[in-house]
Amino acid sequence: MMKGILSRTVLSAALLGTLGWTAEIHAKNVTLAADEKPAAIEIKIDNFSFMPQDTTVAPGTTITWVNRDDLPHTVVSTNGKFKSKALDTDDKFAFTFSEPGTYEYFCSVHPKMTAKVIVK
Amino acid sequence: MGNFIKDNLNKDGVDRRGFLKCMAWAGTGTLCVLQGGVLKSFAMSDIAAMTKQDKAAMKGELSFVQISDSHIGFDKAANPDVTATLREAIAKINALPQAPEFVLHTGDLTHLSKASEFDTLEQTLKTMRTDKIFYVPGEHDVLNDNGEQYRERFGKGSKGDGWYSFDQKGVHFIGLVNVMNLKAGGLGTLGHDQLEWLEDDVKHLKSSTPIVVFAHIPLWAAYPEWGWGTEDSQQALAYLKKFGSVSVLNGHIHQVMQKVEGNVTFHTAMSTAFPQPQPGTAPSPGPMKVPAEKLRSLLGVTNVDFLRGKHTLAIVDSPLDGASTTSSYHLGRPESGSESSLYGG
Repeated sequence: MMKGILSRTVLSAALLGTLGWTAEIHAKNVTLAADEKPAAIEIKIDNFSFMPQDTTVAPGTTITWVNRDDLPHTVVSTNGKFKSKALDTDDKFAFTFSEPGTYEYFCSVHPKMTAKVIVK
Repeated sequence: MGNFIKDNLNKDGVDRRGFLKCMAWAGTGTLCVLQGGVLKSFAMSDIAAMTKQDKAAMKGELSFVQISDSHIGFDKAANPDVTATLREAIAKINALPQAPEFVLHTGDLTHLSKASEFDTLEQTLKTMRTDKIFYVPGEHDVLNDNGEQYRERFGKGSKGDGWYSFDQKGVHFIGLVNVMNLKAGGLGTLGHDQLEWLEDDVKHLKSSTPIVVFAHIPLWAAYPEWGWGTEDSQQALAYLKKFGSVSVLNGHIHQVMQKVEGNVTFHTAMSTAFPQPQPGTAPSPGPMKVPAEKLRSLLGVTNVDFLRGKHTLAIVDSPLDGASTTSSYHLGRPESGSESSLYGG
């Protein structure tokens, strides 16, 4: 009888331990999403738009633009901070934003396409 | 012996309906001569029957062709073989009863400004039956190098970003560049230097000189939401205000659109590569995929005919499939002292 109780206790403790461990991992993930933004994100270019049009990131984040449109586009900041070559379909351009600030940019081939990155 | 079309609709003696009918026939090997206000048509086999007067009347004529937006290098669904459709356009031009005096290419020669694309374009255009080709760049021709490669190949004798002018049979042609230094949120741009040059270029011309301006992006607000317009074109048009006949030929929008504003006719050409949607009918102005059997009705070339003596300009858009021809007809203001009349459509 004691043995059974003991084994059940051990089992429960082990189980609880496992659960606790899982809960901790889960909590860590939740914590990550709330307090820490990912260090690398992607902006899609399609249908003559940058998606999303407004992006907010933490300093040190690398943004990669991917052109999924069937026409070439460019990614050019209005303050001269970054400028891609012409990106054909599936081409990419990446830039790491180290300084806080607002970075307006556009496609120099189709200038009506405008967007911005806010770094804070 | 030629056929006579006697249908004198107007007091100035120009047989407009007959002329338009004749222009539409032009694609099928018919030569049209307007002489003394009467239109005569000749089948190719009849050319020997032309009188001295007919031939003299033809001397005053100036006919040329506009092609646009060949986008060599594009290979997506809307048209996987743009070189083939360009060749079809050239075949159409080569089938004209009279070779055009020259051809205007209003830009987007290539799709990605690659050397191989420029090479293919030049090789393909060599088969076109004409004496000279004049170009202006599109935004797809000046990627990555501010147009250096474009100007090296096509910009000899041009100024600044590649603008220039020339005269042919008393008509003054002006090639403008409005695809450089585009600003965020903006439209096409001519820029200060080019506008200054333009003012000076036309300053001493007689107001009776017919003017043809050609540039890639439309020089009027065709559809600003999609970037189809030029920020500072009003300034350019102000310098041309004194002229009785101004024709503006553009590309960029891959469809025919037209507007008449006083003595200025604006006209855009079809692409030889792929069609684009009509304004506001799609979320964006990109390449438009249509059923294969419909493609060649939406690609084509533009024939332009000047009849100097009668101050007449005829613009005929010919789709590759040859099934239909939309024609437009414009009469600029004749020399001062005579009555003016304006026709459109």
